[in-house]
Amino acid sequence: MWKLFKKKNSSHVAKDRLKILLISDRMNCSPEMMEKIKTDIISVLSNYMKIDTQSMEIEITKTDSKGRNALFPSLYANIPIIDLKK
Amino acid sequence: MGEVIVITSGKGGVGKTTTSANVGTGLAALGKKVVMIDTDIGLRNLDVVMGLENRIVYNLVDVIEGNCRVKQALIKDKRYHSLYLMPSAQTRDKSAVKPEQMVKLTNHLKEQFDYVILDCPAGIEQGFQNAIAGADRAIVVTTPEVSAIRDADRIIGLLEANEFKQIDLILNRLRLDMIKKGDMMSIDDVVDILSIPLLGAIPDDENVVIATNQGEPLVGNQTFAGRAFRNVCLRLLGENIPIIAFEQETSIWSKVTGIFHRN
Repeated sequence: MWKLFKKKNSSHVAKDRLKILLISDRMNCSPEMMEKIKTDIISVLSNYMKIDTQSMEIEITKTDSKGRNALFPSLYANIPIIDLKK
Repeated sequence: MGEVIVITSGKGGVGKTTTSANVGTGLAALGKKVVMIDTDIGLRNLDVVMGLENRIVYNLVDVIEGNCRVKQALIKDKRYHSLYLMPSAQTRDKSAVKPEQMVKLTNHLKEQFDYVILDCPAGIEQGFQNAIAGADRAIVVTTPEVSAIRDADRIIGLLEANEFKQIDLILNRLRLDMIKKGDMMSIDDVVDILSIPLLGAIPDDENVVIATNQGEPLVGNQTFAGRAFRNVCLRLLGENIPIIAFEQETSIWSKVTGIFHRN
């Protein structure tokens, strides 16, 4: 019984993996492209401010809406600013 | 004017042919005039699942190439007089047929039949393009596995790009014991991911293998899968039947889960 709670259900693992996978499948977005987007964002922002490139994260998530056609992905970016003045 | 339904999945081995055979037979059993077309050129199988492999004279490619009339390639089913099968060619490849030719053929057949069921090959290449060309609506078959669902999602995207108005889902090979343990995605999980209407949920039933061995579709008999396929056919005819994949087992299982919930 205890083992059941220790390990995450494999069906949840499958569902979570699929959700991430299908977002990039649906928009033809590869991990390489995400990396490119990330470096581009860094280079643009660096012209204006000092950002923490180590802990910044960008990812594509699904916006919460119902129906297949209403479902659209959005780019989520968390970029910590070290100093506003360059 | 009849309706042309393509049964597709992307991934191979998820149950397209079994679904085609049972949906076709089920609709015929409910009094509809049905023709099933095996569009998997080079790898035909619908004939063996239906137990009609010994009656093949002409095939789909013969019709397309004008070697015979459409009627000559239609094999009458041994169980239902309103059910016909047009087998695929075994010794040719996918390039023998073009999408425009499939449109012409399905347009011709839907004048005479209530339903034209197209058994689509696996993949997204020419065979798939041929199969969907003349279809009015699509049924996507998948199983609760990551690989099958990913392919189903891709297929749905392609069908939407081809302006399909109606795309429904059949979830095949469900195992309630595994779902209860959390080791298989549930019906709700899969519908949530794929976001298309659910037409049916088919339990993983050993009777499917037995039926295929015998060349007899199991729709309409009292097996779990047979009843689930019959419900799919009734829903296609517009009847409002709730999705219950495992009618008899539900009560036992709700007791079992009841114990877990208390802890």
